[in-house]
Amino acid sequence: MWDSSNVIMILVGLLETLYMTFLSTFMAYVLGLPLGILLVTSEKDGILPLPRLNKVLNLVVNLLRSIPFLILLIAVIPVTRLIVGTTIGSTATVVPLVIAAAPFIARLVESSIKEVDKGVIEAAISMGCSPFQIIYKVMIPEAVPSLIVGAAIATTTILGYSAMAGIVGGGGLGDIAIRFGYYRYQNDIMIITVALLVVVVQVTQEIGMRIARKMDKRK
Amino acid sequence: MHTKKNIIEIKSLTKIFSSKEREVKALENINLSIEEGAIFGIIGMSGAGKSTLVRCINFIERPTSGTIIVDGKDLSKLSERELRDVRRSMGMIFQQFNLLMQRTAEENITFPMEVAGVKKSEAKKRAKELLEIVGLSDKAKAYPSQLSGGQKQRVAIARALSTNPKVLLCDEATSALDPSTTKSILELLRDINKRLGITIVIITHEMSVIEQICTQVAIIDESGIAETGAVSEVFSHPKTAAAQRLVFPDGKGMKQFLGKRCCRIVFEGSSSFDPVISRMILECKAQVNIMFADMKDIDGKAFGQLVLQLPQEDEVSDRIISYLRSQNLSVEEVNEYVG
Repeated sequence: MWDSSNVIMILVGLLETLYMTFLSTFMAYVLGLPLGILLVTSEKDGILPLPRLNKVLNLVVNLLRSIPFLILLIAVIPVTRLIVGTTIGSTATVVPLVIAAAPFIARLVESSIKEVDKGVIEAAISMGCSPFQIIYKVMIPEAVPSLIVGAAIATTTILGYSAMAGIVGGGGLGDIAIRFGYYRYQNDIMIITVALLVVVVQVTQEIGMRIARKMDKRK
Repeated sequence: MHTKKNIIEIKSLTKIFSSKEREVKALENINLSIEEGAIFGIIGMSGAGKSTLVRCINFIERPTSGTIIVDGKDLSKLSERELRDVRRSMGMIFQQFNLLMQRTAEENITFPMEVAGVKKSEAKKRAKELLEIVGLSDKAKAYPSQLSGGQKQRVAIARALSTNPKVLLCDEATSALDPSTTKSILELLRDINKRLGITIVIITHEMSVIEQICTQVAIIDESGIAETGAVSEVFSHPKTAAAQRLVFPDGKGMKQFLGKRCCRIVFEGSSSFDPVISRMILECKAQVNIMFADMKDIDGKAFGQLVLQLPQEDEVSDRIISYLRSQNLSVEEVNEYVG
């Protein structure tokens, strides 16, 4: 039963998974990074205090974070159709992935930025930095190692989510695992897809950690 | 002296921190003038409000009321942008150094210039000069984590000087350093004050820091200025209780206890291994105060002299003198010894 079509299917699945994961992670960072920074700077004792906005942002992030991904996946179908034009396939899956991952990433970014020593920020203020200069010259560069660790965590989490999208025909390895491994009891395909997912997670995590270690000048 | 202008003037400054539950008065009605070119020390116990005071000088903390005038500008009347320009004319160093950990020493020093929009090549040249001034030319490419505490503070000083400030604010700058490093950092600060004419404001809780380099001192106690003046004046004649507490940390009780009788002990070759004084204290069960000591150890023998202030009770003093004589030391009594 192991012919070339199975191999090709799994390879295509792998590529689709990588495509979904990395595109979603990137897009989620486009939203999540500024959101996370805003969560820190708008705090009452932050560098640009906007307590009301801070409250609203926190509420929205918590709200989105508390919806189970499977429910979100189905709930945003109309939005997906509006943006992508279809609701199946890997490009369509990117929409719910970004919506689910952006608030998660915002929290990761928030905690990384909060790790930056308050004294260093105070020093920057004493040197006449504007709030914007503090963000892009102090907060982000000083938090880089932690931000990269966060990015590795975010990527692997999104990879896991993308596999779940197989339930609604999302494409990728998860889709193959559900259709062949689960519905048709083809255990060998199930095992191979799961093994591939494990390898991708391991490699992504390891690369992330290595870059973070290399960028970290604190030790 | 009177022709010098005041670079910093603080007038009836009050700072209140208010939270939902309560209000804390950190500073109350502070009035202070700091002359251009001075090394001005502000000393107080922890919690007295000195860190808040230094943060009010560059408006990192906004005063609740009162005015701060720096180089003729009333800071409360400035816009955020103008305030940032004033901050650039004041360098600041901290107890915990607060260097950017992801930047090298050189990049830390160019940072304020980058912020101020100085050209890269120019900033690099200036960083090189500054590294030389602080004696760290070989550490340009080192990251802060590779430097010792003293070296980190030197980088911080170079960074604070990079925009040619008129004032350098030091917030407990030597409190995290060991005594010998503290000494070298203080020497560097004095050197900077002399060579570049920068006014230095030093916040500390250590008497020795003030003694070593300050020309003027203000003693801050319970949110207010207790005493201010020339260091020699305040230290030799502390008027207020707060000043006396600082000048004689635990000497006040001793002073009252000790009498006016003093004795001079001359050592002419007794064994320097013999702890005469401590044995005497144990033997006579009395406290003495060493007023003057000039001793040399030559081949295990003690030469020199020592002046002790004796307790008030004559009986105890007599016991001490006779004990010392019994130890084959030449002892003579001197009245009202003045060092």
